[in-house]
Amino acid sequence: MNVTPPPLPLAFSRRHLLGIEGMTAEEATGLLDLAEQAIEISRQIEKKKSVLRGRTLINLFFEASTRTQSSFELAGKRLGADVMNMAVGNSAVKKGETVIDTAMTLNAMRPDILVVRHHAAGAVELLAQKVGCSVINAGDGAHEHPTQALLDALTIRRHKGDIAGLTVAICGDIAHSRVARSNILLLNILGARVRVVGPSTLLPTGIERMGVEVFTDMRAGLADADIVMMLRLQRERMEGSYVPSIREYFHFFGLDREKLGYAKPDALVMHPGPMNRGVEIDSSVADGPQSLIGEQVEMGVAVRMAVLEALAAHLPNA
Amino acid sequence: MLNAVNGGGDRPLVFENARVVDPSRNLDAPGAVIVADRRIVAAGPDAARTTRPAGAEVIDCRGAVVAPGLVDMRVFVGEPGAEHRETFASAGQAAAAGGVTTIVTMPDTDPVIDEGALVDFIGRRARDETAIRVHPVAAITKGLEGREITEFGLLREAGAVAFSDGRRTVTNAAVMRRALTYARDFGALIMHHAADPNLVGAGVMNEGEVATRLGLAGIPKEAEIVVVERDVRLAALTRGRCHIAQVSCAESLDVVRRAKAAGISITCGASINHLTLNENDIGPYRTFFKLAPPLRAEDDRLAVVEGVADGSIDVIVSSHDPQDVDTKRQAFAEAADGAVGLETMLPAALRLFHSGNIGLVTLFRALATRPAELLGLEVGRLAPGAPADLILVDLDAPWVLDPDTLRSKSKNTPFDGARFSGRVLRTLVAGRTVFKAAGP
Repeated sequence: MNVTPPPLPLAFSRRHLLGIEGMTAEEATGLLDLAEQAIEISRQIEKKKSVLRGRTLINLFFEASTRTQSSFELAGKRLGADVMNMAVGNSAVKKGETVIDTAMTLNAMRPDILVVRHHAAGAVELLAQKVGCSVINAGDGAHEHPTQALLDALTIRRHKGDIAGLTVAICGDIAHSRVARSNILLLNILGARVRVVGPSTLLPTGIERMGVEVFTDMRAGLADADIVMMLRLQRERMEGSYVPSIREYFHFFGLDREKLGYAKPDALVMHPGPMNRGVEIDSSVADGPQSLIGEQVEMGVAVRMAVLEALAAHLPNA
Repeated sequence: MLNAVNGGGDRPLVFENARVVDPSRNLDAPGAVIVADRRIVAAGPDAARTTRPAGAEVIDCRGAVVAPGLVDMRVFVGEPGAEHRETFASAGQAAAAGGVTTIVTMPDTDPVIDEGALVDFIGRRARDETAIRVHPVAAITKGLEGREITEFGLLREAGAVAFSDGRRTVTNAAVMRRALTYARDFGALIMHHAADPNLVGAGVMNEGEVATRLGLAGIPKEAEIVVVERDVRLAALTRGRCHIAQVSCAESLDVVRRAKAAGISITCGASINHLTLNENDIGPYRTFFKLAPPLRAEDDRLAVVEGVADGSIDVIVSSHDPQDVDTKRQAFAEAADGAVGLETMLPAALRLFHSGNIGLVTLFRALATRPAELLGLEVGRLAPGAPADLILVDLDAPWVLDPDTLRSKSKNTPFDGARFSGRVLRTLVAGRTVFKAAGP
């Protein structure tokens, strides 16, 4: 793809990326355009830029993650930053330190960018108020996961050209999903028609007021959809609490070839990972020709490079 | 089907000189009923003028009532696990003799009906063993433990007609909320026994003077009322369909009336026992009157009768619960709850008709039409095209109940020696005679 570099400063000129909430279409499009360039860089032999040379990026993960953390790590390194991974789950927090104390400790080490994941909604924003560097939300509870929404948008845009006017069905555990919330916000900003599909026990109260159509049946929810976005169902929610069993969930809500057949013939399938095969998605679909699941991972690195680059341009001492 | 009296019964039937009662059309009028190909062809005054099908058997009803066969939403059968108390075969014979053509079986068996394979088992056993219709209810929670909801979707596909934890109450409000929410997606009905087990505590009969004089621990009405109030709130929140299996007191009924007036999707039933008996009937510690919910005071009985009369109570159930010598020949406090009722529900209900409390159309609506509607069954009515599940009833025939003649394997009836006016002469399921009274 031949993309002209966007002029800096970008439309996105914030100090932190805490969520999609409040983002404009111009800001989002600017980040996606920048990410297109990052894809090119990542596909070269020399995968390096120097916009973050000398900068320190700390991955502060209060909740375990493989793919998001390594994606940010690679993104930082490809832009020339020094990257440090802090798996807080097995250190200070276990000894009773508060989120803010941990953040202040790290802040004293003078990082430039903190990438934070926390199991509690709002914790990343709280932390951002206390530190002097830029903060990227890598997922806070069931609230937001903005870089996931951006990478999903980038993936869709590269396959469908334009997001505006597409019908996107987000399926499964909407209630506990930060991915769903960030995607609902971003896809609305970019002009898609968004649906959520799942059993009522997994649909949070008031979701219909977030700009989505609500379905409790896959056949109706997937009808004429351009994009089918599956969400992970966590094991502790499967056994009789929110849904009675894995086999019942898979029978009614697991994406297999038959259910995918309700969507448009050229519908594309996405999943933020990690997948539960045989729970929310069948292998024949996950590994099938309509699946973009592998590509989402590549777009993840590109989008995170774009976000880091955009934030770096506005660091206090830039 | 087995046990069909008079052979195949596929010959067309004409019931002449009948009093035809069909609540689905608010009909109570002299007329005829014509049955062919297992379905109602015509029923009512018009049917008397309709041409009879060729080769029809003509039955002169001599003014007896033809009404829809009863649909009993709360029946405990001992199978599987307690076949010494009741089997599908014995329950089916008792039902047919009592004019009950459809029974809805509770899941508290051993094993508990909480798996599709078990629902399928009930369906096959019932088909093989009985001539009446049997619809299984599956458990709301796995093992009736009140914690994890069962596979409503798969159980529905296997044939479960509704969900209930039987004799148990789902005490955890969050579990009940989730059950009602999840059931809504499948259009499933949740049927709930409303009795807070902590308020029931060690109680064994209605709390009050009678219990105090007998020296028995009481069960306050509030054990029921608080659960009904909670369920109304949860039905409003979730918009799920909630059915209170049995209301036993005036206050519960007031809660239901207000909820219905507010458009909340709640319905309720009352057992024939609570409509015709009260706590004084317990007398000298008679355990066949030990029920859950317990028999209440006469004021409450009258309130429940009024509830059926004004339609606040949707259905009448037998709450047929066979118990054997081992569980009933005990000190009152240690005896099991429950009474058989399939064979006595209709005669006992007719007491309310004879006393002038409840009209025939209203009575049969609660006994047949409304339960079929709540469960989405096409029976319970005599409208043309409906399945020919019907009964011929002599409203005035006097008789005395001898428990030894009960077809149920268990004889724990609170109507031992009771005098009744009215009995079933003939019962048809899908156009086939499955019961015919002896005698002239």
